[in-house]
Amino acid sequence: MLRRRLNRLFGRDERKVDSRTIYVGHRPCPTTEALIPPKFCDNRIVSSKYTVWNFLPKNLFEQFRRIANFYFLIIFLVQVIVDTPTSPVTSGLPLFFVITVTAIKQGYEDWLRHKADNEVNKYLVTVLEDGRRARKESEKIKVGDVVEVVEDETFPCDLILLQSSREDETCFVTTASLDGESNHKTHYTVPDTEKNLESLSATIECEQPQPDLYKFVGRMHIYRNDQEPAVRSLGPENLLLKGATLKNTQKIYGVAVYSGMETKMALNYQGKSQKRSAVEKSINAFLLVYLCILVSKALVCTTLKYVWQSRPGQDEPWYNQKTQKEKDTNLYLKMFTDFLSFMVLFNFIIPVSMYVTVEMQKFLGSFFISWDKDFFDPEIQEGALVNTSDLNEELGQVEYVFTDKTGTLTQNNMEFIECCIDGFQYKYADSGTELDGFCVTDGPVSMLQQKAGREKEELFLRALCLCHTVQVKEATGQGDGVGDGVENQVDGVMGLDGEMIHPADLRGFIASSPDEVALVKGAMKYGFKFLGMESKNMRVMNRNNDVETYELLHVLNFDPVRRRMSVIVRTKSGDTMLFCKGADSSIFPRVRQEEVDRIRMHVERNATEGYRTLCVAYKLLSSEEYDQADTGLREAKLALQDREEKLMAVYNQVETGMSLIGATAVEDRLQEEAAETMEALQGAGMKVWVLTGDKMETAKSTCYACRLFQRSTELLELTVRTLVDPERKREERLHELLLDYHKRAVQDAPPIKAGVTRSWSSANQDYGFIIDGATLSLVLNSSPDSNSSCYKSLFLQICQNCTTVLCCRMAPLQKAQIVKMVKNSKGSPITLSIGDGANDVSMILEAHVGIGIKGREGRQAVRNSDYAIPKLKHLKKLLLGHGHLYYVRIAHLVQYFFYKNLCFILPQFLYQFFCGYSQQPLYDAAYLTMYNICFTSMPILANSLLEQHICMEVLMDNAALYRDVAKNAMLRWGPFLYWTLLGVYQGLLFFFGVRFLFSNPALQDNGQVFGNWSYGTIVFTVLVFTVTLKLAMDTRHWTWINHFVIWGSLAFYMFFSFFWGGIIWPFLRQQRLYFVFANMLSSVSAWLIIILLILLSLLPEILLLVLRKPRGPHSRQKKPVVQSGEGETQSPRSSARPLLMRTFSDESNTIL
Amino acid sequence: MMASNYNAKEEDGHQPAAIGHGGAGTVKNKKPDNTAFKQQRLPAWQPILTAGTVLPAFFVIGLIFIPIGIGLFVTSNNIQELEIDYTGVDMSSPCYNCSQSYSWNSTKPCLCSVPFFLDQPFESNVFMYYGLSNFYQNHRRYVKSRDDSQLNGDKASLTSPSKECEPYRTSDNKPIAPCGAIANSLFNDTLELYYIDPNGSRTAIPLVKKGIAWWTDKHVKFRNPGGNDNNLTVVFQGTSKPVNWRKSVYELDPSDPDNNGFINEDFIVWMRTAALPTFRKLYRIIHKKTNMTPTLPLGQYILEVTYNYPVRSFEGRKRMILSTISWMGGKNPFLGIAYITVGSVCFFLGIVLLIIHHKYGNRNHSADIPS
Repeated sequence: MLRRRLNRLFGRDERKVDSRTIYVGHRPCPTTEALIPPKFCDNRIVSSKYTVWNFLPKNLFEQFRRIANFYFLIIFLVQVIVDTPTSPVTSGLPLFFVITVTAIKQGYEDWLRHKADNEVNKYLVTVLEDGRRARKESEKIKVGDVVEVVEDETFPCDLILLQSSREDETCFVTTASLDGESNHKTHYTVPDTEKNLESLSATIECEQPQPDLYKFVGRMHIYRNDQEPAVRSLGPENLLLKGATLKNTQKIYGVAVYSGMETKMALNYQGKSQKRSAVEKSINAFLLVYLCILVSKALVCTTLKYVWQSRPGQDEPWYNQKTQKEKDTNLYLKMFTDFLSFMVLFNFIIPVSMYVTVEMQKFLGSFFISWDKDFFDPEIQEGALVNTSDLNEELGQVEYVFTDKTGTLTQNNMEFIECCIDGFQYKYADSGTELDGFCVTDGPVSMLQQKAGREKEELFLRALCLCHTVQVKEATGQGDGVGDGVENQVDGVMGLDGEMIHPADLRGFIASSPDEVALVKGAMKYGFKFLGMESKNMRVMNRNNDVETYELLHVLNFDPVRRRMSVIVRTKSGDTMLFCKGADSSIFPRVRQEEVDRIRMHVERNATEGYRTLCVAYKLLSSEEYDQADTGLREAKLALQDREEKLMAVYNQVETGMSLIGATAVEDRLQEEAAETMEALQGAGMKVWVLTGDKMETAKSTCYACRLFQRSTELLELTVRTLVDPERKREERLHELLLDYHKRAVQDAPPIKAGVTRSWSSANQDYGFIIDGATLSLVLNSSPDSNSSCYKSLFLQICQNCTTVLCCRMAPLQKAQIVKMVKNSKGSPITLSIGDGANDVSMILEAHVGIGIKGREGRQAVRNSDYAIPKLKHLKKLLLGHGHLYYVRIAHLVQYFFYKNLCFILPQFLYQFFCGYSQQPLYDAAYLTMYNICFTSMPILANSLLEQHICMEVLMDNAALYRDVAKNAMLRWGPFLYWTLLGVYQGLLFFFGVRFLFSNPALQDNGQVFGNWSYGTIVFTVLVFTVTLKLAMDTRHWTWINHFVIWGSLAFYMFFSFFWGGIIWPFLRQQRLYFVFANMLSSVSAWLIIILLILLSLLPEILLLVLRKPRGPHSRQKKPVVQSGEGETQSPRSSARPLLMRTFSDESNTIL
Repeated sequence: MMASNYNAKEEDGHQPAAIGHGGAGTVKNKKPDNTAFKQQRLPAWQPILTAGTVLPAFFVIGLIFIPIGIGLFVTSNNIQELEIDYTGVDMSSPCYNCSQSYSWNSTKPCLCSVPFFLDQPFESNVFMYYGLSNFYQNHRRYVKSRDDSQLNGDKASLTSPSKECEPYRTSDNKPIAPCGAIANSLFNDTLELYYIDPNGSRTAIPLVKKGIAWWTDKHVKFRNPGGNDNNLTVVFQGTSKPVNWRKSVYELDPSDPDNNGFINEDFIVWMRTAALPTFRKLYRIIHKKTNMTPTLPLGQYILEVTYNYPVRSFEGRKRMILSTISWMGGKNPFLGIAYITVGSVCFFLGIVLLIIHHKYGNRNHSADIPS
């Protein structure tokens, strides 16, 4: 990992200079004089951190890099070396325990990584070597090897496609695990390569590895019998990426160009660095404060010690002579060791046990997430998964949520809902519902009743059947779930036919967009069935079960700027027709206005209901028109320069003067309760950013459906489309737009008070921001010379003032870039990424908290996530319920720990003033050791696991409660100061209370006196009781465990003290506490002072509790009203269409 | 991790069905247990402290503490205490000479007598303490300089004391018994008390030296080596007396074998190190003889001091304290005052809270308890 990073850091420039040359099949080429086999890295994937040999040193090094561990190590070493008041065991043992446990845990995790690496690296692949097919382990593939991949296998490295088993020289690939697009993509073989790969002699020249999945530039030189080498250009359509899967193609051959850690997938993978929670950062900050306190205490004591000793007779009175060794020691060395001794004496102020307890709390606490039955999904029979327990509390601190769209917000499951032909609505539904005044019943029946002409209907359905790029996947014999689904759907339509169980029915559709599949299937419902392609002929079965064939002449591909696609087909009768479908905004200007008027209403109503609408138009091409288009298209396709622009021009020229036939409505089903979840998150003050690789339109409609964009939201769009301006450069336009948006969203926005509910206040305009990948890279990677360096901050400011930001067409790394940008912005907000596909992995790793959804896109995201949940809806409970509670728990835990150790050590510090600064411990060694381990650890652990200051249901119902703990509210300096003052107050009280009592140490009724150990024991008893009772007062949720542990540990303290003082322990050098505790209890004065001091220390706390405003239902806010008549404020500039909100929670069967 | 199998996204609708089928049969049900603990739904008591619940507590505390405080204060005031500094700092003080001409080696004890007048009779048992000031018995080097196993009668430790005892571990290559700085600096002044009758005759007040140490110390923690062997001289053979001692440990109280050697009560009391540099230790007890006469009637007394213990070198002070004892121990007004103060504060707070509660009570009431 490190090596790769270094390479990327330092080696980038030199690498960029040259491209790499690959000899296909390692065969020397005629032109090259000598074959110097270039050095490329092997195809091994390494994600593990350690090897057997470097585990111990490397792991120890990593562990001691933590400030706390290092500190304890130092303390331990000091105790070993210097004569200190306490034994090294007291700090060495817990440290050893912590280090060992952590090492075992990390070793196990790394072992799992090794296993996973091996699984991939040892996977057997077929490689063509000198004409023979050889089975090889994946890691042994070298750049230049010709690899064979069969259907449903993943590509072992990045390959240039040379040969496919499909006759049209293509293959189909899904890149679901790379970018999350589950559709099938078509890749092409390098044109005109030889059929016989063994005799192929070629070199490939291509750029050095780079992480952009969609970019590839290369050339292939093919040498053929001393002819001039043929040059073929290579683009991303020729490149098969490692990690993608071959689909619907029997087998392919490809030559490896990038291998191992240089593959695009590996470059897109970001090392899983250790995530630290904000709480841990707070702990470290507090730790520093306490370290300062500690050092200053030690300094004060050391200084005073030497001042005190300089007085005659104090340093070495006759009764207390020094040993010879002490006398011989150098004064400065003695000062130094004295300083260290004080450090050791007071080091309990930062107890190692706090780290143990925090770790335990996190580890045990995370079980509650995996145990939660609300997270259990009956569909996949799994509950939530916790991969790291370090971030539990971070779940309660999230400010930005980055969510993937496909598979996360939506189910990526399109369904044809209805269509509209020539102004008449057709709805295929089981129940007749009254809509727009039409009585709509079952599709085919109603169609006959309606007035739309039969020709129009059939034309429309034919258009649906023809205008697409859908492939038919021939069903295998067993008839999988896909086929079944089709059959069921077809059932109602074709029920009259006897030959219903036609083998062709058992088929699945494969398309680059799920919408297209939905449309083809929609057409099937109405009786028109696409049967597939047969050598450039599209076969369609019509209502009468006649097979019609159409010759496919041209496909005018979809692109996001045009937002439509067309096909040109020739019918049997020789007519040439163009069918076009696309977004209403791109179709309406190209058809006759009177047709538009009839359909517009339906389109808008459908859009309002959250459907994705497409309009369908057609045009009959005369032969001259066609010839012209044909030549135009062919020329444009062959053009080497500005191919895109030329094609676009021809497209625009052809797609004019069409007539509109109808419109369709397709629903992309949202995840269950997606909208509610998003609403809750926003109500909790989180900003939701949607980062998707998907098209902008799709993503936008999803945002509307999820209520991320409200109807009143003003959309600021910064996409390729808005940047297209014929007059100016893109940079200028970008600059202008950014400034404009900044003015609108940031400057004009009324100043908002922090923490105030913003999104629901009607006074403010909500802004939504839309940006796409291309523009984003323009913003982020803009050249430094222009004034564009401020783009990034402008962009960030705009985004931070928007309630929702939508980023579409994102590459995985760009997602991570965005997350990183927000993460590192001012105030370093806590980010959360949620996604389900491998394309989300980088952002899941980048964000503070990564959530994986156990969706359908493989387990990549789940494995790399910190937490995995089965459904999006579980996010709400995870954050608002668990997250909030964990945060409160751990914050309380941390503060309490610092507090209890402050009032533990403060009396010990004060005692130094009364014992000649001699480092005499106030408490017995047993108490010093046991205080944090036994007497006070269990109650706080139980409290930090079980405490529910507000119960879960209330937290879930009132999203706004989440804001109470936002921005690390419980671990900021204010609360910290409060706890510290409390600790100081109590420490002073304990010490001086007992001090005044001991002005006459005759405390027993028989006149006998108490010594220094009795003093310490009284202080310690008060301390243990006070600290435990303080926790009891903080506990709002008393389960039997809390009772047991709190009273139990007090009882244990009593029992232990009796026991410890009741026996002459043979292994102890000094029987300091022998019967001290029992004698203390026999003294009435001791009882009275203990009671008094406990009460007095808790008094301010009780007062505060009483005076403080009670929490809970008081802060229960009334649920925000979603639509509060904000529609009037809608901006005319807004590209938003008014949308009525629908609930998508109703679950109907999914179809394909 | 990155390098694991790259599952492709299956066609829609396909995978859930497959998992649903396979999962039910092969994988055991991973549904989390629906127990109250695992679901964080344990029945819980959720107390809320409000002014209403705390108010009575304040009054109750006030009402309990103030009488206790008054009781304590009165008790403390009834304790009679007399303190006599006999260090001999002033030229005028009787022990000035003794304090000046001090030498460890002098064989002749320096005696001085301090007269004092008791203007109130001590009615009950009187406890005689000696007090030292600016004596750091709680210095770390001092506190640890002892060997408890030697004092517990361990033979091995007797002959080879713990290293902690340095530099009071050996003398003349013989182990010191008892070793260590604490034992070495045993308080060795002898205090005697005489009552001067109005007719001028001196009556020695009987001072009891039993019962001044903790019972457990005397009977368990401190043991002479050799068990019940009464011949301590033999037992301690081969050991050396602490350097500053005049006599060996087995000569501490030759008259009483139960008070000799390590189990000498004066020694045990000294070995319990004091908490603060100014301290007192129980020296003798004067028991009340009859019910009729006071233990110490008012009148003139003389304190006879055998001045052995040097404190001037570290600017220390020596005191003799006579005190009666109550159920709460010696005289200490602090506890009583503290109780009265805290009780009053609580009472006062109770009143303040009552006012607040009455004024703003309505608001607080509406937000009482989260369910």
